[in-house]
Amino acid sequence: MAIGLHKSEIKNPVLRWVDERLPIFTMLHKEYGTFPTPRNFNYFWNFGALAMINLLIMIATGVFLAMHYTPHTAYAFDSVERIMRDVNYGWLIRYVHMNGASMFFIVVYIHIFRGLYYGSYKAPRELLWMLGVVIFLLMMATAFMGYVLPWGQMSFWGATVITNLFSAFPIIGDDIVTLLWGGFSVDNPTLNRFFSLHYLLPFVIVGVVFLHVAALHVTGSNNPLGIEPKGPQDTIPFHPYYTIKDTVGIVVYLMVFAFLVFFMPNYLGHPDNYIPANPLSTPAHIVPEWYFLPFYAILRAVPDKLGGVVLMFGSILIWFFLPWLDTSKVRSMRFRPIARVALLLWVIAFFVLMYCGSKPAEQPYVLISQIATAYYFAYFLVILPALGKLEKPLPLPESISRAVLGEKALGGGPLPASAAAMPMEKA
Amino acid sequence: MADTAAQSVAQTGTKRDFLKLTATAFAVVGVGAIAWPFIDSLNPARDTLALATTEVDLAPIQPGMAVTVMWRGKPVFIRHRTEQDIAAARAVKLSELKDPATDESRVQRPQWLVMIGVCTHLGCVPLGQRPTDNKGDFDGWFCPCHGSHYDTSGRIRRGPAPSNLEIPPYTFISDTQIRIG
Repeated sequence: MAIGLHKSEIKNPVLRWVDERLPIFTMLHKEYGTFPTPRNFNYFWNFGALAMINLLIMIATGVFLAMHYTPHTAYAFDSVERIMRDVNYGWLIRYVHMNGASMFFIVVYIHIFRGLYYGSYKAPRELLWMLGVVIFLLMMATAFMGYVLPWGQMSFWGATVITNLFSAFPIIGDDIVTLLWGGFSVDNPTLNRFFSLHYLLPFVIVGVVFLHVAALHVTGSNNPLGIEPKGPQDTIPFHPYYTIKDTVGIVVYLMVFAFLVFFMPNYLGHPDNYIPANPLSTPAHIVPEWYFLPFYAILRAVPDKLGGVVLMFGSILIWFFLPWLDTSKVRSMRFRPIARVALLLWVIAFFVLMYCGSKPAEQPYVLISQIATAYYFAYFLVILPALGKLEKPLPLPESISRAVLGEKALGGGPLPASAAAMPMEKA
Repeated sequence: MADTAAQSVAQTGTKRDFLKLTATAFAVVGVGAIAWPFIDSLNPARDTLALATTEVDLAPIQPGMAVTVMWRGKPVFIRHRTEQDIAAARAVKLSELKDPATDESRVQRPQWLVMIGVCTHLGCVPLGQRPTDNKGDFDGWFCPCHGSHYDTSGRIRRGPAPSNLEIPPYTFISDTQIRIG
């Protein structure tokens, strides 16, 4: 073999020729074929792969929508209606894109919950978690700007309200807002830049997802027990075990997605966005898309303009510090009887905020939002730091294989103990 | 029973082979079904197809004059040919033509020549509609991009273009009006 070529084990001569020069097939085999994965994943571990699929669906449908969309205040609304009525299968591509955004947030919220429940943010996966938070922030920006593009009433007034958040900054606030708008109100320059950024950001997300996955493949996956695999007896190769498990999840995911698209495509949207934008008339009740409602409720829970904005952004930025706020050494909530209840209450607070965000800003919703907001932050700032010291965790299993197989792990199971233990001794 | 099962495996493959083939076949159909809406969305939309006919009033066009109209985003040349134009076109022997076609086959009424004004070489619009244009060596049209010469019947006579200027589908609605498309 010539010097400088990768030593490839690929049999097919053409693939081998490529692999010797650019070992992508070796890499795929290593990272998605034989990659050792904890043997005890449950279906919560589908949602990373589902999010990846969802991102690809959004990019594919988005690229085709952009071929028919006109980013101009005078034509945007009509061009979207033209997509719905005249473009072949335009209705399908747009409804998939629209509901794909909702599916993306459903999938990612479950993915985040998985991380919170099983302690996937803890050492050594802090950076992996933080990259995930970056992806979530990019998703929020992308979704917000995408919602502006059809230039309906909700697009226009949503854009007006959200960009006005930045006016809360002392001294430079108004200048920032003028800069965001490219004028003195949300108008054509705003629409043009939002379209450009809405097209750009998904590819930035792809880049950060690559880093997220790369970091995952350094530390390896967490698992429902939250204990590290101790040897080959605790892991199985990614393929075929988890490719097939992910496929099951994808089928269910696509069924839910298809049900939304074909039977209730506008259920999660707001009917006012089918009214063309009118800068002279604000709809009686403006709400963001459902996936922003919890944060919107936090914004409205605070009776101070700057305070509301700070808490709203803070409610997500605090996730960056979670790996250090949670002082417990035990990852999985299965073994944390108190923290587990605290987390489930936090999830309830999240849904309460989501509900209050959809209601008008009046009592009792404001008070309920304030209580839920207080608990939202208390979970991160008080409960988790304190529980690490106060809580007595349940005893952890000695290994994944022991927990999964019980006594069989010691002999007579699919992996005889001697065979399973041998490679460990070598390592 | 066991013997026949083993035999059939040896002859026709295993159950796993069957599952792999059917799963692959379904996957291919599925990918195709997903790809089709995307591909078809690139085809002309319904509002584009609705613009696919153009009506032209021929009454103001005097013999020797030509007009250019738009049809499906392309220029259509309409020339009211003189007797000399028609005679010149019909005098040519088919054997001299690169893309043999009689003048009769290219017109519905001899004085009205209706053609898509796009050179069949690489899509430029040939000169020859205005009186001051270079009409080429055959008094028809001349494409300035790569030097194709067309005669008074719009047939390619010299240059790189492979075929005659295309005739669009059109009908005479009345003696002085046509509908293209």
